[in-house]
Amino acid sequence: MTKLVTLTIDGMQVSVPEGTLVVDAAKKIGIEIPVFCYHPKMEPVGMCRMCLVEIGRPVIDRSTGQPVLEDDGSPKIQFSPNLETACTTPVGAGMVVLGATEKARSGREDIIEFLLTSHPLDCPICDKGGECPLQNLTIKYGSGQSRYLYDEKKHFVKHVSLGELIFLDRERCIQCGRCVRFQSEIVDDPVIGFFHRGRALEIVTYSNPGFDSYFSGNTTDICPVGALTTADFRFGARPWELNKAASICNHCPVGCNLTMNVRREAASGGDWVVKRVMPRQNESVNEIWVCDKGRFGYHFAASSSNDQTSFKRLSQPLVRKNAGSDHPGELVPASWDEALSVVSERFAEAGDGLLALAGGRLANEDLFNLKQLTTTLGGEAVLYTHMAGGELTTQLGIQPGSDIGTMGQGDAILVVACDLMEEAPIWWLRVKQAAERGSQLIILNSRSTKLDQAAAFVLRYPFGAETSAVLAMLNALSEKRLRLPEAVQVLERDPTLQAAAEVFSGANNALIMYGSDCIGLTESQALAQACANLLDATGHVGRPNNGLLGVWPRANDQGAWELGFQTQTKLEDALGAAAALYIVAADPAGDDPTYLGQSGFGGKAFVVVQDLYLTQTARLADVVLPAQSWIERDGSFTSGERRAQRFYPVIPPRTAPVSRAESPSTNKAPLLIAGDEVMESPLPDFAITAMITLRIDSEARITASSAARVFNQMAETVPAFSDQTYLELAQVHEQWPIVGRDDLYYGGTSYENTGGLGMQLALNTSDTPSTTRLAGTTVEFIRMPKLGQIAFPIARLYDRGKTLMPSQLLHERIGEPYIVLNVNDAEMLRIQDGDVVHMTVANREPDSPDRVTTGQTVVVQARLDQELPERVVLVPRSFGIPIDKPTPVEIRRTE
Amino acid sequence: MSKYPAGENNSYILLRQRAIPDLDNLDIYRQHGGFTVLEKAITSMKPDEVIEVVKGSGLRGRGGAGFPTGLKWSFIDKDNWPHYVVANADESEPGTFKDREIMEGNPYQFLEGIAICAYAIQSSAAYIYLRGEFWQISANLDRHIEALGVAGLLGDNLFGSDYSLHIYTHLGAGAYICGEETALLESMGGKLGQPRLRPPFPPSFGLFGKPTVVNNVETLTNVPPIVERGAEWYRTMGTEKSSGPKIFSLSGRVSRPGNYELPLGTTFRELIYEHGGGIPNGRSIKAIMAAGASSALIVANDEALDTPMDYESVPALGAQLGSASVIVIDDSISIPWLINKTTHFFKHESCGKCTPCREGTYWMMHLTDRIANANATQEDVALLHAVASQIRGKCLCALGEFSIEPVLSGIERFKADFDTAVSETNNN
Repeated sequence: MTKLVTLTIDGMQVSVPEGTLVVDAAKKIGIEIPVFCYHPKMEPVGMCRMCLVEIGRPVIDRSTGQPVLEDDGSPKIQFSPNLETACTTPVGAGMVVLGATEKARSGREDIIEFLLTSHPLDCPICDKGGECPLQNLTIKYGSGQSRYLYDEKKHFVKHVSLGELIFLDRERCIQCGRCVRFQSEIVDDPVIGFFHRGRALEIVTYSNPGFDSYFSGNTTDICPVGALTTADFRFGARPWELNKAASICNHCPVGCNLTMNVRREAASGGDWVVKRVMPRQNESVNEIWVCDKGRFGYHFAASSSNDQTSFKRLSQPLVRKNAGSDHPGELVPASWDEALSVVSERFAEAGDGLLALAGGRLANEDLFNLKQLTTTLGGEAVLYTHMAGGELTTQLGIQPGSDIGTMGQGDAILVVACDLMEEAPIWWLRVKQAAERGSQLIILNSRSTKLDQAAAFVLRYPFGAETSAVLAMLNALSEKRLRLPEAVQVLERDPTLQAAAEVFSGANNALIMYGSDCIGLTESQALAQACANLLDATGHVGRPNNGLLGVWPRANDQGAWELGFQTQTKLEDALGAAAALYIVAADPAGDDPTYLGQSGFGGKAFVVVQDLYLTQTARLADVVLPAQSWIERDGSFTSGERRAQRFYPVIPPRTAPVSRAESPSTNKAPLLIAGDEVMESPLPDFAITAMITLRIDSEARITASSAARVFNQMAETVPAFSDQTYLELAQVHEQWPIVGRDDLYYGGTSYENTGGLGMQLALNTSDTPSTTRLAGTTVEFIRMPKLGQIAFPIARLYDRGKTLMPSQLLHERIGEPYIVLNVNDAEMLRIQDGDVVHMTVANREPDSPDRVTTGQTVVVQARLDQELPERVVLVPRSFGIPIDKPTPVEIRRTE
Repeated sequence: MSKYPAGENNSYILLRQRAIPDLDNLDIYRQHGGFTVLEKAITSMKPDEVIEVVKGSGLRGRGGAGFPTGLKWSFIDKDNWPHYVVANADESEPGTFKDREIMEGNPYQFLEGIAICAYAIQSSAAYIYLRGEFWQISANLDRHIEALGVAGLLGDNLFGSDYSLHIYTHLGAGAYICGEETALLESMGGKLGQPRLRPPFPPSFGLFGKPTVVNNVETLTNVPPIVERGAEWYRTMGTEKSSGPKIFSLSGRVSRPGNYELPLGTTFRELIYEHGGGIPNGRSIKAIMAAGASSALIVANDEALDTPMDYESVPALGAQLGSASVIVIDDSISIPWLINKTTHFFKHESCGKCTPCREGTYWMMHLTDRIANANATQEDVALLHAVASQIRGKCLCALGEFSIEPVLSGIERFKADFDTAVSETNNN
């Protein structure tokens, strides 16, 4: 139990843990001590001197050790002659802090005056204006007059690019160092720093590309002035014009809480437009941070059917017509009524021949209704993914009360087959911080990743031996040892592995986070099983902060697992065999044409695609149904930490193309006029599925009316959700530090959470965990071929996926498709760094001895790597290269 | 009072090269007792005994703050290892040039002092941080350090003990602020030279985050004679609270500028008139800056001239002794011109870390520019005073606090000069 210290601040008594800083103690009782450089998430530096207060301390009699008393019996307090900085001073017992005195007030006025002597006061054109700590505190504490001669002001460059994402206005910078400290102290990406000295002190970037960090946008939130702005929002809107709506990031399984800022714009025909994405505080999920993919990667959902780029949204149902024996016909606009009639008839005909293929970016409600449909017809509900093992996370995953932010001394985290920085940056941060608090971090991977720097144990296994590597840890702890392939025996004998296994086993709490680095569906299933066995054997199950956590490729894969979705190892066969396909939020044909088979999904299936865009798969469909994006509706996602979280409508649903009328006004702003019938516009996925189902079976227990009703139905049916109601997901409780509200000076512009902190799901105890499945079985292992290469898929945060490419700002960082080759292999193939190469997928069965090189060929850039083993090729996922599991390839230089 | 105790062979304890030619030759230095003290300390004294002797001597830091040296050494955190010694040879205060002469002329006594200090705190690595302009001195020190290694006076297992010590030089890039001990430590760690928040102080969190003693060159050069002859002997020099000799760097309008090694407590009058030869060109003395550019201006009246230069008496005049870089101002100097010079210096050297210093020195520079160039009004003088006053007590380190000393004392004590400057504006 931390010792409490009682002190008095402006006459109010407060008891806080020993070591608390005066500034925080004041904040806790609602007393404002203004700051610029201090930030509650970072170590104090005492640079800006804004938090000046008078501090008195009890006088202690040295001979007795007792406080000296005044005549009236109260302790004698001695005040120091100078004002002190509340942000650097820890509380002391009996301390008296005075922040409202004339002396303190005048000290703050002095500091404001100094700051303004070098500040351009260009608030009218500054993006921060309206939510600017300097502006607010100037109004509150400044003198209102300037004694500084304007023509003695020093001028600096106002548009300094720290890379193409973040811009610096040197005149506005008050040298508080929050950005520099955030990058080094919090995210360990020290790519910016101070240069020069005195008034010439400036923020510079050391990296190429500039400000090369996935967390760069956060510096604009904590910048207390308008010095740092994002290229995305810069000069885009004034803060007071913006409405806000709570949302959840849809890019990865972390489930960062977001606030989206929107306004209506004449330039968009009066439509609501998302102007920026901001972090919303959830200390158990993303604290007050968000990665740049989440911040800048929203455009895919916000695009409209008016979009002139290739990301034009679907606006109404399309039905294939005029098809004949010799021609495929064409997709023509149809009413919902017509489209739903066709779909429901054909689905009913297909019966248990229906296969629903769903993408993990769908909401819980969408997935639940899809599952209801397939259950009604006896069909199959398949999650479109390259990573399996989810059913184990529902049984042995983490449970309510878990929070990586509370893990520390005595705990352990094992990260296996995962590049957390690329797959889920905020988890990377949370795990790194857990390690800094004393958690033992163990990394098992085939290659180095940025997280290695924070780890207590870094263990390498040969490419393809991830499952064996986890079993080697299990072997280290058990008498009965599984026989493992030769290739991992070196690792098995490694004393570091023995030590790591013992640390893991002996930890108070232990998590395993597994990912899909260099592996596909089959391998990840085996890996998850091995991880489950290790957790079970060491007793790290069924308690908070213990269990298996999947670092999924999509935001709501966890929701799909909870709702009973399965994977299909031979997806192309399943697609070819189905009588009807209902493909929702997935584009298999666009990802890998081999899914189409010889004649396009078997040639006879009735194909329905439900999506935001006319994808490659949609172009081949019989019916295309337009769905709303998640920001146009409400619903919930389940994060990888099994936290169900609600998102809210951010912008109204896109309607069909609005006919424009010439404005009578001289500035030619188009008039907003009502769109077409709402029914012809995109609808929420859950509603479309429900309408199809109800047309097949009017008695079906399925609802199209609202996400809330679907959720509550889900809670009645699915045990994992049984403790939850849609309403309870919206509950919040007090969080520390206090951010948002009027406290922008303190925590930055991150939003306070008023939309709900979500709830973690209960573990699925109805099915017996199958942890012993691996015992006695031979362990699969990918052997390197004697000739040719094996391509291993890796994750890149910035990929060329359909949900990121519409964010043009990120194109420079995304780059062109590439592969990574070992230098020796490259030399043999006469390939140099940067060369364009042809890569041919040799065969989709890695162990098949009779390889046939009939696969697809892609043209990509080659990058060379010295550390990579020979014959290993790394291929980034979602870069248009159809590699989603270890795959033999042949590479040749493009002549 | 002003002379060393009788019976000494020569009158120098620190600047011994003035009496002994070629003292920067190791053989010569050893012929005059060099490194016998280090040997005595390592072979016959416990580390804490060395600290006790230094404590007992009353030696106070010669870099400017005057903090008791032995006390500083005793603060070293013994639960946190390794320990480091850093010699502050950043000598940057305008008017201070004593460390340079020590390192050029009597380098081995300085190095021996480092070694004794290192032994006392059981540090096996010591660093000398030199300002960038001292590259030649640094190269010479490297040669001296090498010579000590060859002679077996530095390195592993010194004098047959299990104590080892290596000394390294490190050149800064010439920033004044890197003379501030925590900025120095940042700079040595490869970071931007900006002062740290204190506490923690270097004895608990110093170089590379480890317990460190940072001492000025002159301070360390005092150590060998103290350990050799004892605390009692040392206390016979100087005053009760400011014991020992001090090198006074005398400059400005004085006939014989230079370094003068005299006991603490010597009067300004003796230094300026007896040793420095008085004011040239028949001028009369107007003001004294006792601590270089960081000084409050002392009105050079009889009372001031008869004040002993020690850590207690000078503050009584509303000034500081600092590193005892005494700059003499005669009656030809306009105080607005003078504080314009000092303000330019501090504006140029402000590191920019804290607001009042970064912005305040810049503002003061503009104001003093206009006042010194007869382009100002009484309001500007009042504003300058107000700006300087509002810097006071709010800075992160002493640089900003010192920058206002000449300004405030100048305006308050030499008002007539400012009136003249302002009236010239009116005549323009």
